[in-house]
Amino acid sequence: MFLFSFPDAMNLTQTTILLAFAFLAVFAESALSGFRTFLGAQPDLLPALMVYAALCLDIWTVTALAVLGGVGFDTLSANPLGASILPLLLVGILIFARRDLILRSLPFAQCVLGGAASAIVPVLTLVLLLNEGSQPLLGWGSLWQWLVMIVVGAAVTPGLFVFFEWCNQALGYPPAKEFSFRPDREILRDRNK
Amino acid sequence: MFKQKNYFVPGLAVLVAVLLLSLPSGSAMRIRWVVGSWFLPLFGFASASQHIPADLADIALPRRELLREIHSLRQQNDQLKIRAFQADALEQENGQLRALLHWQSQAPWHLKAATVVMRDPANWWRTVQIDLGSRDGLRENLPVLTPDGLAGRISWVGMNSSQVLLLGDPNCRVSAQVMDPPGDVGILGVGGPLDSSLLDLNYLPGDAGLKPGQNVVTSGLGGVFPRGIPIGKIADSQTLEYGLTTQARVKLNVDLGALDHVFVLFP
Repeated sequence: MFLFSFPDAMNLTQTTILLAFAFLAVFAESALSGFRTFLGAQPDLLPALMVYAALCLDIWTVTALAVLGGVGFDTLSANPLGASILPLLLVGILIFARRDLILRSLPFAQCVLGGAASAIVPVLTLVLLLNEGSQPLLGWGSLWQWLVMIVVGAAVTPGLFVFFEWCNQALGYPPAKEFSFRPDREILRDRNK
Repeated sequence: MFKQKNYFVPGLAVLVAVLLLSLPSGSAMRIRWVVGSWFLPLFGFASASQHIPADLADIALPRRELLREIHSLRQQNDQLKIRAFQADALEQENGQLRALLHWQSQAPWHLKAATVVMRDPANWWRTVQIDLGSRDGLRENLPVLTPDGLAGRISWVGMNSSQVLLLGDPNCRVSAQVMDPPGDVGILGVGGPLDSSLLDLNYLPGDAGLKPGQNVVTSGLGGVFPRGIPIGKIADSQTLEYGLTTQARVKLNVDLGALDHVFVLFP
């Protein structure tokens, strides 16, 4: 007996695209240091991606993004392995559980959720690190870094929605068109009638 | 709100996270190697693409300019050769004097060049990864330098890449000595999250008469860094704890934000 249902093929394509994007995002965060040089902080795209996954995709994708994105991030960072999974998952589940009440198509809502997720994830990760006994580099400058992460996360999230919508249209099945002609409503005209 | 069957999948993820967090360091390292290897093609592609503008610039550079540059480099090379002769003679003389005084001779430094391939994506650590690993003979705690001075130490070693803890990271403490004249020893600690060029030098004696501009080098105490590697210069200082200790700020010689190439020191 299955306790859960597997995602269908269409969702699998979307999940694959999202996870591939997350993989590239984590790589870009470690390979490109333009933001760090000019603003003193490196933004994180994983919370914004989690907002999209939680609002538009299934719980499988939310979980896969939290696990694979978190492990990828921790591998390239000095974080203990697994430290980024729980904060991402928590944010994803919270949004997923309330997504029917969220106006997900509004850019303003996407913006607010992206900013909130980008604010919550680093704080939860730091709480986890401090609780685990690590000594992360913290100070007044961390507030500025946090602000940069929130602003960039909020600004990027609506763009991610547009990008993934475009990807879905380009790679997914076209929506079935409804014709005005319906064979069951056809009025047959005949001389014999 | 949330169907009961959906709890299974996130619950599994929580279990994975807890398992990963409680793994022994050896197993966690192996997982890091495996996951890190997924990123290797991307880093290879990134480093290859970094050379494209330079290659294009080389093609566009006129031959006359190249010849002029070669001539200048030859002159520089000749000067460096003469300096190397002088250094060899001084080393021999130093060895003879040490032998006369029965002092222990200093082992020469062996350096291996490495390229910085990535930086820590988290804002609360100060680490980079370099393209040398265990197959190049690297091991933990080897010092990492640049021509300007100390940059950090190796914290973990993969097969093809290694992580370097930079100066200022909370896990990279260095025993440092103030020079000109050689004197007080303190512990180089963390800096601010934004400014990576200024670090605190703690636990100096309360009566340490520090002046801005004094050089700071590794003291050789602690067993990780050999003595005499330049670190930076004193920027300012203040007494703490009612004059019991002095804390100084050290301006680092190395620009940690612009590290491209480093040297791993094999003592």
